Amino acid sequence: MAASPTGGSTPVWDSWHRLHPLSPVVQAGRRILPLVVVLAVPFLSQGSSTKSQTLVDAGLVALAVVAGAAEWLVTRWRIESGVLRIDTGLVRRRTTKLPLSRVQSIDLVRPGTARLLGLAEVRVRSGGSREGDVRLAYLAAERAEHLRDGLLALVRGTHPSSPVSESPIARTSTSRLLVSTPLRGAVLWPTLVAAALLAFGRHLTHGGLVAVATLILLAVGTGAARILSSQYGFEVARTQDGLLIRGGAVGTFTETLALHRIQALRVVEPLLWRPFGWAKLVADVAGGQRRRDEDRSASGRIRTLVPVATRTEVLRVAESIVGPAAREVGTAPPTRARLKAPLSYPLLRAGLLDGYAVSVVGRVRRLTTIIPLAKVQSVRWVQGPVQRRLGLATVHLDAAGGRSTGAALRDRSSEEARELLGRLPTLCAAARRSTPAGPAPLP
Amino acid sequence: MENPAPGDQPGIWSRPNPRLLTLRRGEVGAGAVALLLIGLGLSFTDLAVGAALAVAALLVGGFGLAYVGRRFRSWGYLERVEDLLVRRGVMFERLSVVPYGRMQTVEVTAGPLERSLGLATVQLHTASAASDARIPGLDRSTAADLRDRLVGRGEATAEGL
Repeated sequence: MAASPTGGSTPVWDSWHRLHPLSPVVQAGRRILPLVVVLAVPFLSQGSSTKSQTLVDAGLVALAVVAGAAEWLVTRWRIESGVLRIDTGLVRRRTTKLPLSRVQSIDLVRPGTARLLGLAEVRVRSGGSREGDVRLAYLAAERAEHLRDGLLALVRGTHPSSPVSESPIARTSTSRLLVSTPLRGAVLWPTLVAAALLAFGRHLTHGGLVAVATLILLAVGTGAARILSSQYGFEVARTQDGLLIRGGAVGTFTETLALHRIQALRVVEPLLWRPFGWAKLVADVAGGQRRRDEDRSASGRIRTLVPVATRTEVLRVAESIVGPAAREVGTAPPTRARLKAPLSYPLLRAGLLDGYAVSVVGRVRRLTTIIPLAKVQSVRWVQGPVQRRLGLATVHLDAAGGRSTGAALRDRSSEEARELLGRLPTLCAAARRSTPAGPAPLP
Repeated sequence: MENPAPGDQPGIWSRPNPRLLTLRRGEVGAGAVALLLIGLGLSFTDLAVGAALAVAALLVGGFGLAYVGRRFRSWGYLERVEDLLVRRGVMFERLSVVPYGRMQTVEVTAGPLERSLGLATVQLHTASAASDARIPGLDRSTAADLRDRLVGRGEATAEGL
């Protein structure tokens, strides 16, 4: 990666550039395809249509094409003294300026159509509001990779042609992905329900039930297909910028994730994966709301790091991120906690190690949370009436994000909870001071 | 001080203004009286239903008043050097520790009833939606002072994510 594809010369990004001339085609593909489908339905059902109807249809499609071309014409971008700037908009001009010092991550996204034409999208995120995100859709794939490396180098403050160190950590096995996907709760249970409905429907000759079952199967099928295509060939590697995540079957993506953005790591073991000893590793990531047109893995608060692997492999990946804390198994709550939480008691664990807190909760699926104390937003002590009678209490460590992020040290003895409550704020403050925070999000 | 674990944090806990208790008692009382009046109205047509409602009103009023009193006594906050402690709850006792450096916004709100008694609620927000630090029933000047102090300390110790 040391030499740039254009003969070793340092690229010049500070003059105005345009997107790739074919990008309207990909953009339009998304817009026109539904349009064509809508227009084709009456055409096919009637067999033939009147001449004027065809003209109107063609006009609509042409309009969409022209709009795309116009957008391409008026869009240009450059990097001016450490700021990525994009001008766009035909009627309402819009200029987006993104200071590179605010950049949280730079991703390369290639939907199926873009891959077909050798194009790629560069997506630059700055955390904070979604207005802070910049998308360059699309550039020639080689140029996009080049720009990404250049931007990463600028963010890092090194020379763009300096080599990128990349050491792979984990790669997802395709066969395991294929076997594990149907065993996910979100796929398995609806399928069973649909199967039951079909069985009933056959006996009672209920057309309605069959239709519902078909709809469920359709939804589950597309969901499973989406999981498979986005997690196919999933790879994680360590670079000097943090984690590099790659994957995708039809459309592919390459994401960077700076380690300081990770608010918590979670090891999820669904019930039906546990006999196989499989687990998945996800990271809670600060900042950036999910946009409507992105799927969960590509953005948002949860990033998958390992879609499915053995628990040992998952822990190895976690260890490369948080160190020995990944091996911390924690201690079980006192036996009397069984009375309050009979189902989850066998799984409950909690422990502190080395600037990290580890908690294990769950009734049917085991959820292990590893949270860096430096990222803890607040500490909460809660004692319900049953816990009070049994001399138990729960200590929550809240992480940035929704209510479910963070770790719960559940049903510890009152004395331990009291001791944790006294000690944790000090430990968290010490961890905050010794860990540098990432760039602040745009206001 | 019957709070087993959280109450024994060293320092002087501040409490909401007693007018908050007056407000809550008033709310419970109004509810009970409304129920009683409905019962009275119904007793002209059906004496049994009316009597049942009246008994219910008395029960609601009695238990409500006791609960509101305990709940009021459970509220408390303590400003420490680096963080704010807020405790509350009767059935579920809770204690939140929010470091000043983690505060993103401090909100002071006052509903119409609170305003009529010169009260306000101070709420702290962090980047986590689970952080739960709300102090109701503060005297309005106390609330404003607390807000200013918190904002000042937050600025002094602000941290990135």
